[in-house]
Amino acid sequence: MKKRSIIPILYIAFLMLPIYWLVAMSFKTTNEILSGFSLFPQTFTLENYITIFTDPTWYWGYINSISYVTLNTILSVCVALPAAYAFSRYRFLGDKQLFFWLLTNRMAPAAVFALPFFQLYSSIHLFDTYLAVALAHTLFNVPLAVWILEGFMRGIPKELDETAYVDGYSFPRFFVTIFLPNIKAGVGVAAFFCFMFSWVEMLLAKTLTAVEAKPIAAVMTRTASSAGYELGLLAAAGTLTIIPGAIVIWFVRNYIARGFAMGRV
Amino acid sequence: MRTENQKAWFFVLPVLALVAFNALVPMMTVVNYSVQETFGNNQFFWEGLGWFEQILRSDRFQAALGRQFLFTGMILAIEVPLGIIVALSMPRKGFWVPVCLVLMALPMLIPWNVVGSMWNIFTLPKIGLLGYFLNDVLGINYDMTQQPLSAWITVVVMDVWHWTSLVVLLCYAGLVSIPDAYYQAAKIDGASPWSVFRYIQLPKMKTVLTIAILLRFMDSFNIYTEPFVLTGGGPGNSTTLLSIDLVKIALGQFDLGPAAAMSLIYFAITLLVSWVFYTLMTKDDAE
Repeated sequence: MKKRSIIPILYIAFLMLPIYWLVAMSFKTTNEILSGFSLFPQTFTLENYITIFTDPTWYWGYINSISYVTLNTILSVCVALPAAYAFSRYRFLGDKQLFFWLLTNRMAPAAVFALPFFQLYSSIHLFDTYLAVALAHTLFNVPLAVWILEGFMRGIPKELDETAYVDGYSFPRFFVTIFLPNIKAGVGVAAFFCFMFSWVEMLLAKTLTAVEAKPIAAVMTRTASSAGYELGLLAAAGTLTIIPGAIVIWFVRNYIARGFAMGRV
Repeated sequence: MRTENQKAWFFVLPVLALVAFNALVPMMTVVNYSVQETFGNNQFFWEGLGWFEQILRSDRFQAALGRQFLFTGMILAIEVPLGIIVALSMPRKGFWVPVCLVLMALPMLIPWNVVGSMWNIFTLPKIGLLGYFLNDVLGINYDMTQQPLSAWITVVVMDVWHWTSLVVLLCYAGLVSIPDAYYQAAKIDGASPWSVFRYIQLPKMKTVLTIAILLRFMDSFNIYTEPFVLTGGGPGNSTTLLSIDLVKIALGQFDLGPAAAMSLIYFAITLLVSWVFYTLMTKDDAE
């Protein structure tokens, strides 16, 4: 057991190194970064973080990102729930084909959709709004949510539904008061994945926004180029983008393995 | 057993409407562009399948496609075995399990362009930890912006860093579902570690491993942001993968026709390979 654990330890160390470097850089002054190599920050500074928290262009980037990600998560899970229920409980005309078609949207390269999405959302006057990015991200998040939820729902025996109907429950009441609590792990995992993929996706988010809904990533590229190459500031902004993910993952830590297997273990 | 009920379609309608809006309209736009030529002013001329022929014959596309397959091949060849090895050696229960899982999942939750910037900072000669270590401690001449080989290795290592955990987590989920009794039986039979892996662990991991390979194939084949931020496709064209080339043509040169034709060919290839994986997967489900 002891000898074997060297592999995960080495692997985690490999994962942590670039992250450590990013965090270390964020506490350095630009002078120190450019003057040469140092493993730890020599002159520890919070300057970079102060800049981010006091400059509206910076912190609005975060608020924008979190807003459309939250909107997308709610939207995706809400529409995916009934669909996943249908796929897990019933056979209907074209169900298999529909399921595969949904998955194909997960396979589409985002680069293919960048320009048409820009035109589509401009033409319906949603360009540069949270809703545009949230809707665009449902393209790959809804199929994923359906897939995960269907996996979890399949694990709930059908007798549960039948007993509830015999007891005189209506469908909506059964779904909300009995079925949902039974698959809350699945809902949590699905929401986590929607959050994750919406949070990390940047190509569409950047294409669909200009000023009002600009995500933090777009702010990062612009500020980095306009104000010279401020690596410390870039590193601090990067470090802050890791935090929401780390918080969210802590909540689902006990389901994460099963969640990644889409409930299919 | 699932019952036959056509009314289930009503449950699927919201999803259908949403995804159709997002997928069909843009897809038709792409199809539209792919068969037309434009000189601006919203004037379009019928072009037929000309763009498709041009793209398929062009050296540039073939080179990008070649690089893309090489990249995806390398990613699968490294990440899948590495992921299995790490998953096999992880503790099954105890305090460290959630800690390991959270730490391993962390790279996947970082926005893709931040991943690119992070690796850029990490590998800068003189300034970055890895760049400094390779150049000044080990004396290896390493500069991603100048040498195609260094750039390639960096892009691949970055993806291994970013996504191997997905394979680990999936395999781990498969492994913890194996009852202890299986291992005890293997012990009584005096099975070697290899036969335990081959006849107990691998079959149990088969489904999740297929999902892992499918997801890794799709995502590495569609990769754009990370290598774009890290290398911008360079030096020269050495790390210009398909998506990077596509965005260059579509948004850089604004050649909508060829870009649209290329999009469709690109999508068709992804779809074809993914379909093969998917049928393999659902075949297992049916058994």
